[in-house]
Amino acid sequence: MGIEITINGEKKVWDTKPSETLLDALRNHGYKSVKRGCDEGHCGACTVLVDGKAIKSCVMLAGQAHKRNIVTIEGIGTIDEPHPLQKAFVHTGGVQCGYCVPGMILSAKALLDENPVPTEEEIKTALDGNLCRCTGYVKQVEAVGLASKMMRGEN
Amino acid sequence: MAVKIKEGFKVVGKSVQKVDGFSLACGKAKFVDDFDLPGCLYCKILTSPHAHARIKSIDATEALKIPGVITVMTHEDVPRIAHTTAGQGYPEPSPYDTFILDKKVRFVGDRVCAVAAETKESAIEALKRIKVEYEVLEAILDPRESMKEGAPVIHDEEEARMIIPVPYDKEKNLASHADFTVGDMEKGFEEADVVFEREYESHYAQHCPMEPHICATYLDENNRLVIMTSTQVPFHVRRIVAERLQLPIKRVRVIKPRIGGGFGAKQEVLLEDICSALTLKTGRPVKYEMTRKEEFMSSRTRHPQILKMKVGAKKDGKLTAISMKVLMNTGAYGSHALTVACNTGSKVLPLYNKALNVEFWADSVYTNLPVGGAYRGYGATQGYFAMECILDEISRELDMDPVELRKINHIKTGESSPVFAALGEGKPGVEQKVGSCGLGACIERGMEEFDWAKREDRKKEVSPGKKRGSGMCILMQGSSIPEIDMGAASMKMNEDGSFNLNVGATDLGTGSDTVLAQVAAEVLEIPVDDIIVYSSDTDMTPFDVGAYASSTTYLSGYAVKKCAQKIKRQILKVAGEMLEKDSYDLYLEDKKVHDFDGNSVTYKEIGTRALYETDQHQIGAIASHISHKSPPPFAAHFAEVEVDTDTGKTEVLRYVCAIDCGTAIHPRLAEGQCEGALLNGISFALTEEYVFNKKGRMMNADFGSYKIFSTGDLPEMKVILVPTYEVTGPFGAKSVSEININGPMPAIGNAIFDAVGIRLKHAPFTPEKVLMGILEQKEKEAVPV
Ligand code: FES
Ligand code: FES
Repeated sequence: MGIEITINGEKKVWDTKPSETLLDALRNHGYKSVKRGCDEGHCGACTVLVDGKAIKSCVMLAGQAHKRNIVTIEGIGTIDEPHPLQKAFVHTGGVQCGYCVPGMILSAKALLDENPVPTEEEIKTALDGNLCRCTGYVKQVEAVGLASKMMRGEN
Repeated sequence: MAVKIKEGFKVVGKSVQKVDGFSLACGKAKFVDDFDLPGCLYCKILTSPHAHARIKSIDATEALKIPGVITVMTHEDVPRIAHTTAGQGYPEPSPYDTFILDKKVRFVGDRVCAVAAETKESAIEALKRIKVEYEVLEAILDPRESMKEGAPVIHDEEEARMIIPVPYDKEKNLASHADFTVGDMEKGFEEADVVFEREYESHYAQHCPMEPHICATYLDENNRLVIMTSTQVPFHVRRIVAERLQLPIKRVRVIKPRIGGGFGAKQEVLLEDICSALTLKTGRPVKYEMTRKEEFMSSRTRHPQILKMKVGAKKDGKLTAISMKVLMNTGAYGSHALTVACNTGSKVLPLYNKALNVEFWADSVYTNLPVGGAYRGYGATQGYFAMECILDEISRELDMDPVELRKINHIKTGESSPVFAALGEGKPGVEQKVGSCGLGACIERGMEEFDWAKREDRKKEVSPGKKRGSGMCILMQGSSIPEIDMGAASMKMNEDGSFNLNVGATDLGTGSDTVLAQVAAEVLEIPVDDIIVYSSDTDMTPFDVGAYASSTTYLSGYAVKKCAQKIKRQILKVAGEMLEKDSYDLYLEDKKVHDFDGNSVTYKEIGTRALYETDQHQIGAIASHISHKSPPPFAAHFAEVEVDTDTGKTEVLRYVCAIDCGTAIHPRLAEGQCEGALLNGISFALTEEYVFNKKGRMMNADFGSYKIFSTGDLPEMKVILVPTYEVTGPFGAKSVSEININGPMPAIGNAIFDAVGIRLKHAPFTPEKVLMGILEQKEKEAVPV
């Protein structure tokens, strides 16, 4: 089954099997930043942006991504030019093992795109679907607040 | 000779950028599953549906007909070598009671056979078509039944044994035993004005690293076996896999890439043997990743314990005697069975060294339930639950502030406890005096931050149907296993003045690569980004026991410090030749070597001269370290909860933790370790638990029904680092990673009592249990005695 998708701004045509999840399709095509923590929609490690919304790619079929716009963590910043969220996560200590971090940052990005000045409660709500066992979340929540400030030029 | 006096640290104590931070945050860092191996086969394991059964036959005919299925491997295809999956030093203090594959299964989730196929789908399909005939045996699902007369024998195979001289009785399902007494218990209890006896029960839990166990194996161009694995113990993996598969160690190479968390779960050699056996059989790369369900059901857990406590105290609060008797459920295999149980005593009892009469007794027994293993806290979590809850009861009986009771009895700087020497890990412990104890300051700072004095006033602030309460506890842990653990590091200097630092120590997400680089940078007077850190690869990096027992910063950190000091001497020698000065008359600063006459040479010049110009040689060194002590970090925890008296739901409103980890080499990472441990502990205290059916099958093996805390549940948490200086640690550092997971169960348990007057002795404190307690209490109040 051929699907057309835009990933991180690039148009792609992929051959996918009907039962293939978007997570598997992405990983098979080299987007290794999209992680698998449970494969059943519970942990958020596989989060990507689909048309700007944070979606768990393990519970979406690749076929459903046809003609949609996908963003993975590779698409928002690089080591040389990191996104403010990436900077903030590193700066605050929101990255320990980092396995949850791509998904966590993308959920945060979906929030900030919609609500550039979130309250702490709003941040916690937005990240609630992303599990992290290392950090206790304190510094990740702090990172999103910091990124919001940085994006407004306050930091 | 002139001396340059150094003022404070330049790199240590600073929250420098984590060396792998941007690589991780930008999705570039590579975990095991991120390496593409051409021609890789997928491995899947068929697991047992029965808690206890003998395998009569395995018929794989139909499975092998599925296109893409390459092989099905059973116990008949692998060497039968009894071993332990515990990734411990040799000789392991865990019983050799496990086989790669066996004719018998001992818990629901135990391995039956393995499939390797071209795709994951065909491997999964193959599992469904394998026909296994079982002879189902009677199972033990309650550790209290394990040692009873007539109980089924779980390890009836002749090979099962301990390889060190410690008690082991498989006929009785006894996986390990340890005990000791110091002082005179009878006298101790006679002297007491109050004596309390209580029984506590702590429960099963899983580590839940976000990256499940995963391993990939292949044969390299020289036909050596390469194991790339998500492990905390690469060197133990090498030794143990070689042993199990009867290969020479030199034929095995273990690579640890980035690891997605471990918390002890990955101090276990679980997948590497089967993957390797399949690679050796097929000649092809093989990958095996556990599903989340397998992670819960088939990997490792926190050992549940039943703890019988008896504690005596004088009216003035002084403890006279402590008796702790532990029945530990190790599950179907004895992984860490002895050492976790010993730690329940050895990490808890020395804290109260004012009690001169102490007794400890621990039996670890087999059951047909999931297997225990190493889990952050390592027995101390269970022990502190019991100890700190019973002390709370005693303080109330004595009408004393629970903080006061602790202050009177806890160990202080310069003091020792006979327990240190009495209880070790499979052998007697090591006597030690506490060289640094900031517990007094932790208590003060924690009380202040929490506003402990006003806790009664805050009870009035609640809405109807809710009750508020506060609880506290104190804790200690250790830093490495003395005279057993060893860490090593090697370094070399490059011509641009940068350095490679190779460590066997295993960064599994903790940030140890960064912390170790800071230690080296401090010695060499350079910024951390002049150090290229590599961990760990058994071909490339020196030996290290691995990331466990709170050892990396303290032990491997000291090895790095020694190594950097050796490098420093070599740099000074070359610089001395260049500046024509004795190396004693030189000092390092800002990537240069200076004399006291205003001359200097840069590291770049030194490195270039050493490699290219004069008397060429590689500036390089290797150093190892063992410790003769295990200096405890200390902590004081304070929790405030609100209990809904209609639903029984407990919400943690505030949690304050003040911790003495010596020098915090990287304060942000240290805080992060504390916050992570605390939230894991809180979640363990309130929601995490295994639900079993009558046949011993875990019924909630997914994140939907096994609830770990997420941001929506996050209480206000405050971590205070209270500095002390541990002279035996690198730049004064002690450990920080494990200790704080031990506090939430007792602190929250005590807070619930303070709120609603019920004592929960069986964790977790679910709404059902709280509500039941409240109802029972009401009934009691209604019936006048
Ligand atoms: S892997 Fe998709 S939610 Fe866990
Ligand atoms: S940083 Fe390890 S799971 Fe979040």
